[in-house]
Amino acid sequence: MNRSIRWLLAGLAFVLFVAPAVAQQAADPAAIVQKFGGKQSYDDTEAVISELARTGDANVARALRALRDGDLYWRESDEAVFIGKRKGDDYEIFDPMTGEAAGTVPRGEMQKVRVKNSIRNAVTTALGSLTLGADSAAQRMRAAETLFSEADPEMIEPLDAAIASEEDAGVKARMEEARASAVLVSDRPAEEKAAAAKILANRADRESLTMLTRFAGATDDPVAKQAAEAAIVAIQNNIAFWNQMQNVWYGLSLGSVLLLAAIGLAITFGVMGVINMAHGEMVMIGAYTTYVVQEFIRTNAPGLFEYSLFIALPLAFLVAGAVGLVMERGLIRFLYGRPLETLLATFGVSLILQQAVRTIFGPSNREVGNPDFMSGAFDLGLMSVNWNRLWIIVFALVVFAALLAVLNKTPLGLQMRAVTQNRKMAAAMGIRTPWVDAMTFALGSGIAGIAGVALSQIDNVSPNLGQGYIIDSFMVVVFGGVGNLWGTLVGAMTLGIVNKFLEPFAGAVLGKIVVLVLIILFIQKRPRGLFAQKGRFVEA
Amino acid sequence: MRSAITWMQKTAAAATITAFSLSGAHAQDTKPSGEPIKVGILHSLSGTMAISETTLKDAMLMLIDEQNKKGGVLGRPLEPVVVDPASDWPLFAEKARELISQDKVAVVFGCWTSVSRKSVLPVFKELDSILFYPVQYEGEESERNVFYTGAAPNQQAIPAVDYLMGEGVERWVLEGTDYVYPRTTNKILEQYLKDKGVAAEDIIVNYTPFGFSDWQTEVSKIKEFGSAGKKTAVVSTINGDANVPFYKELANQGIKATDIPVVAFSVGEEELAGIDTGPLVGHLAAWNYFESVDTPENKDFIKKWHAFIGNDDRVTNDPMEAHYIGFNMWVKAVEKAGTTDPDKVIDALPGIEQANLTGGTSKMLPNHHITKPVLIGEINDEGQFDVVSETDDLVPGDAWSDFLPESKKLEADWVDLKCGNYDTEAKKCLGDTMAEKSN
Repeated sequence: MNRSIRWLLAGLAFVLFVAPAVAQQAADPAAIVQKFGGKQSYDDTEAVISELARTGDANVARALRALRDGDLYWRESDEAVFIGKRKGDDYEIFDPMTGEAAGTVPRGEMQKVRVKNSIRNAVTTALGSLTLGADSAAQRMRAAETLFSEADPEMIEPLDAAIASEEDAGVKARMEEARASAVLVSDRPAEEKAAAAKILANRADRESLTMLTRFAGATDDPVAKQAAEAAIVAIQNNIAFWNQMQNVWYGLSLGSVLLLAAIGLAITFGVMGVINMAHGEMVMIGAYTTYVVQEFIRTNAPGLFEYSLFIALPLAFLVAGAVGLVMERGLIRFLYGRPLETLLATFGVSLILQQAVRTIFGPSNREVGNPDFMSGAFDLGLMSVNWNRLWIIVFALVVFAALLAVLNKTPLGLQMRAVTQNRKMAAAMGIRTPWVDAMTFALGSGIAGIAGVALSQIDNVSPNLGQGYIIDSFMVVVFGGVGNLWGTLVGAMTLGIVNKFLEPFAGAVLGKIVVLVLIILFIQKRPRGLFAQKGRFVEA
Repeated sequence: MRSAITWMQKTAAAATITAFSLSGAHAQDTKPSGEPIKVGILHSLSGTMAISETTLKDAMLMLIDEQNKKGGVLGRPLEPVVVDPASDWPLFAEKARELISQDKVAVVFGCWTSVSRKSVLPVFKELDSILFYPVQYEGEESERNVFYTGAAPNQQAIPAVDYLMGEGVERWVLEGTDYVYPRTTNKILEQYLKDKGVAAEDIIVNYTPFGFSDWQTEVSKIKEFGSAGKKTAVVSTINGDANVPFYKELANQGIKATDIPVVAFSVGEEELAGIDTGPLVGHLAAWNYFESVDTPENKDFIKKWHAFIGNDDRVTNDPMEAHYIGFNMWVKAVEKAGTTDPDKVIDALPGIEQANLTGGTSKMLPNHHITKPVLIGEINDEGQFDVVSETDDLVPGDAWSDFLPESKKLEADWVDLKCGNYDTEAKKCLGDTMAEKSN
């Protein structure tokens, strides 16, 4: 609303003062685009944008988009405006109207047309009205979306024209919604507004709720008000439902992260009984392996970047597994049966590993990129699902299944279970128990390394990465039941979901505390966790 | 860790020796001689805070190196003494004591978190030494032995909020990490916003734990709060490591800076170095210095920094500039006092002026804070900030916020009143009794 008034004023000023002088030029969009050149204030830039919008010429969209993305430059020598793309130390420049290449220019000679958020918003609005008649359906769709949130009564007529000629049903529906949002704030008759309220009610998202609420507060007409209020209730119910769905989804997502972090520990602590405080550092090592792999790919084979995570997975397993193996052979095997000393020794190891990584890679965060399939989100009803979270859930379950298979279907798994259940008997049967111990510990560490690859996608890759997960991991394993993989799965998911349902009203800090207290109470009642190991071999 | 420190000391010693040999090249410079003046550097080189503080240690070594090339101070060379308090707050106090009583340093540059500063305060008071503190903080403090070269809330938070109000923001999310700096800053901001006529339902304040990484619920809460039809902004006092996942989650949920801008007080060039800034373009930060500021002083500083650290990719940031200003002010004060005696230097410091790197001249005020410009920058796709707004004048740092009822009446003045918390209503100095209570 505010903006349209500003526009109107700008337009008025334009008509009064500028238009007569430049009437000839005003018709030529290419000349207006050139006005972006030279040092100017943000207000000047905004005035040029609205001038471009008024030309109604869709050809200026290229320059406007470049402006919004920060790719519009002017040459210092003659203030000519170009679209620039970084190429080493130079800029490749293109004509802002046609997009034709215009050679390369050293960086020092080009100045960026300065933009800030309000300028980007002005461009988006201008593009909305300009691209309503664009050739591509996707562009028209975006234009309709922009106009929907703008809700500008002046756009009703252009929208009517666009709706009449629109053939794509999806785009047409969006345009009608955009029209409805504009009608609500216009001075059209009440019946039309009531109809518009119905259209918004069908859209049923937060934005339409906002518009309807504002409309219901402002209107005097009882019919339209009633229609709006009915729509508000319906939308609120819809949103409440999706909020719950969203909480479940977030819970599963947090649960999968906890599962990944804890699943290696379920082996080293759960199966072997080693209190491994350096478990988080194994996760960190996995994340740094991913970083090294990505760096190597960036410099040597940029084409492989999309597959970097798949390359990193086996390497992270091997590196973390090897560190685990060295730890077990060099330290932990001397401390079996002495939990307190193991705890202190592994805590020391965790500090050594952290500082080692800090010395090698530096204390600051390392950038691990997301491949395309891990980026972005899609909408499911009113909830947005992030691809990276979705893949991490899938990945956590795959790792879980794989580990289950190793434990239950392979000779190593059989020996592991035999050794942990009755060491003496296993030794008597000819199993090399020290070797099995080493392999089990290496397996648990390797799995933690794999988790690090996944966590590098959502968390900082810094020397402190592991510390954030160690407490949660122990919580999951203890809660789920020591020595039981299924317990870890159920424990992780339960904690995730409980946490996410508490967070909206208790807050993140209190939510964590409440979860911790609940677990302590639970452990009082069932000291062996959700799924307790039963049978003769369980030590008293 | 011990070996790391000795290694540091060796490097530092080597740097000093290089400085000696290099200074021979400048014929006009007098070669510093005599007993070296020791300068303590108290920054964590290991533990969680190493990420931010290591850079400051390097910056200090560079500044000392520079000064020795220029002929030292009072004709004597400077010698850095580096210790590692390892992000461990009680250890800060121990190391500070070691620096002052064993190494006999003339001055200490150090600390990052408020809790580390609070932990060393009693040591500096007891042993009567000088601390230069280079980080933006929550204010509500003014000590005789401490000089605050970072921003007080009125030099960062308040101007940032003013800028957003000018951009039409009407609804506010105050999002912070759960500790003293965000809590105090948000208390000040909340009061400020209410004074400006923002309704209580248009403000939410939210805290998350240190190192928080699962931002899904928090961000969708922000999204929902922002969909009420009024222009919404997030004022972020989120600290350190929690920032990266926060921004990643914003990008993932499709919240763009044009919809809901985030203005951060703890995110600078150094923090952006670890992330792809493409999705963050347009989000804001408020500081007193940006690496992108185009002044000859800044260009020179960046060039020297790159040469010193041997890596052209290393960025400069706000606390580094604070150390630059603080160090040069200390040098001037020592020259003025003609001695390194802390009492004399403390008395000489207020009124000292030093050109900052953004084109102005900062001045040490009687309340031991300095005047600084306030810059608002938008993140660009190269991990730098484009300045979109700048205060016309330098803003004097205010130790006691005018927006909190309990501190409104307090004033700090170590020149005339000789008091860090003078109650202008009761007309008396509250002294240590009050500091004790507020801790």
